[in-house]
Amino acid sequence: MNGTASELLAVRDLTIGFPAPGGLLLAADGIDFDVAVGRTVGLVGESGCGKSVTLRSLLGLVPYPGEVLAGTIHWRGEEMLTASGKRQATLRGTEISMIFQDPTSCLNPVFTVGNQMVETLRKRAGLGRREARTRAMELLDRVGLSAPEKRLAAYPHELSGGMRQRVMIAISIATRPRLLLADEPTTALDVTTQEQILALLKELQAEDGMAILLVSHDLGVISETCDEVVVMYAGRMLEAGYDREVMRSPRHPYTRGLIEAMPSLEVTDEEPPVPIGGQPPDLTALPPGCPFQPRCKFVRDQCAEIPVALDATLAEHGSACPFEGVRS
Amino acid sequence: MGAYLLRRAVQAIPVLIGISLAAFLLIHLVPGDPARILLGAQATPKAVATLHEQLGLDRPLPTQYLNFITGAVHFEFGESLSQKVGVGKLIGTRAEVTLLLLMMATLLSITIAVPLAVAAALRRNRPVDHSIRLFSMFTFAMPSFLLGLLLILFFSLKLKWLPTSGYGSGFGGHLRALILPALTVGLYLAPILLRTLRIGIIDTLGTEYIEAARARGLARRLIIFKHVLKNSVIPTVTVLGLNIGFLLSGLVVIENVFSLPGLGSELVTAIGNRDYPTIQALTLVFGVSVVAINLLTDLLYSYLDPRVRL
Ligand SMILES: Nc1ncnc2c1ncn2[C@@H]1O[C@H](COP(=O)(O)OP(=O)(O)OP(=O)(O)O)[C@@H](O)[C@H]1O
Ligand SMILES: [Mg+2]
Repeated sequence: MNGTASELLAVRDLTIGFPAPGGLLLAADGIDFDVAVGRTVGLVGESGCGKSVTLRSLLGLVPYPGEVLAGTIHWRGEEMLTASGKRQATLRGTEISMIFQDPTSCLNPVFTVGNQMVETLRKRAGLGRREARTRAMELLDRVGLSAPEKRLAAYPHELSGGMRQRVMIAISIATRPRLLLADEPTTALDVTTQEQILALLKELQAEDGMAILLVSHDLGVISETCDEVVVMYAGRMLEAGYDREVMRSPRHPYTRGLIEAMPSLEVTDEEPPVPIGGQPPDLTALPPGCPFQPRCKFVRDQCAEIPVALDATLAEHGSACPFEGVRS
Repeated sequence: MGAYLLRRAVQAIPVLIGISLAAFLLIHLVPGDPARILLGAQATPKAVATLHEQLGLDRPLPTQYLNFITGAVHFEFGESLSQKVGVGKLIGTRAEVTLLLLMMATLLSITIAVPLAVAAALRRNRPVDHSIRLFSMFTFAMPSFLLGLLLILFFSLKLKWLPTSGYGSGFGGHLRALILPALTVGLYLAPILLRTLRIGIIDTLGTEYIEAARARGLARRLIIFKHVLKNSVIPTVTVLGLNIGFLLSGLVVIENVFSLPGLGSELVTAIGNRDYPTIQALTLVFGVSVVAINLLTDLLYSYLDPRVRL
């Protein structure tokens, strides 16, 4: 997939560490994935597996004291990790933009929505004050908010969660980015609003042809929205492939566990959801070999020795489990 | 915002009544007859009676209180006992000095604290932060009379840039005369603001909306001086308000060190002379000022933080 014309983002061997009491904690360890023009790629995994940190690293915003220890991030063929801070900053909010999990906390509470939108449009799209206002209203209208004038004058706390997320989306699409990073954009919202926001994202994507990198711990949201899926566990990639294939024939026991834990939308006679047993991993004390061993139903002796790497036998659908969850 | 402030103002009314009662009763709480204490043991009964009448002590208490309040509303507190001038007028001219001193001190402390707090917060736990902490601990811990004397020693006596004491003449002269006292007070106040602001900035820097602002590609300068600062100033405003109120009574020392004709030094003189009307008036003025400063703080707070405008 490397170097094709339709490729936007290519991440290779991305490794991000945080200093921890017992040494180094790897929040991302050898992550590889691509995002092509107009595609939707999902990063899925339980809380704390490194999804957000991975996503933020793409904007050069790994939270202090974390840092990228190894790997490459190519944006349209250009290496970003070694690029200057200034170059990275020019991408933020123009070619790549981001929306966050909690729309309540990602708008500055002491400035109006209009102030923050206009400021962004002036800086990033180079508009004058008046043009920026007009454009802001168009954008609010575009994301389905009624009475845009009134919304511009509102402070964030005066809007509902769903409205705030729409405002965030309006800001993030302002410069017609090529890639939208969405970190759990619907987790804080109720189910109906969640559906609406996902539909809005799909719609905007269809219009502008932007790619989306969607992070969620909810495999349901991911499989509903994404073309490709990357399954993360304890900072590692355990499985990756086309959404349909991964969902239909998961090859890693962890992915299977996630699918079994999904509540089905329709009431059926199928088995009820089964949560994955055991505790989420402690990143400071991972076992040697496969990090999922302690919770794996199919664990065997060799699991402590195999390196965690996706097999390359199936180019489109790789798994880090050589046993494919078959009992020995 | 209007309703919120109205509520705060209404809440201040009982406090004001309390203050006025305390100021009024002051004269009656002193053991013995104030007129006699004032005039000395050899005073004639006639002189005592005259003074009683002058102070209104011969009338029933409720009437006295009512008269006191009516007078206070018109800023009239009778004649000073030690200086043959109306207390209202006396305090009026002196209040100007103290107000100007307080304003300059506040302004100076903000000027000192804001850049230092930003620098310290952006380089936290690094040498810059540590040196700033050391400096602020030093000026904070030093007794203000000592700091004032050191400043006089250096700027007035050695460099001869500024007057050693007094209030100067003309507005320019007043400002010049107030630089050192204001700096003394400002250097005491600055560390308090600095500490609150530094923590505020550090907390704000860790919020999602600042991260989101970065992700939107806003320039670092805009993020720090607009988004971070406005949010971190909010807790600092409360601290500033509390401390200015507290400082008011602390100005006594500074005004004496610099021989400034302000309210603080007047209070000392009045107490020394047992000038009860002046003491009463000053008590009231200090109390009301603290309430007013608190209201002003609330006003500023609700202006800065739209979430409290309920
Ligand atoms: N600021 C930080 N300081 C130290 N460690 C951090 C920090 N942020 C993240 N980490 C570490 O990185 C790991 C991954 O964090 P990350 O936020 O990427 O998880 P996530 O998959 O997004 O989880 P969630 O679903 O809860 O958002 C965490 O388990 C934590 O150990
Ligand atoms: Mg996260």
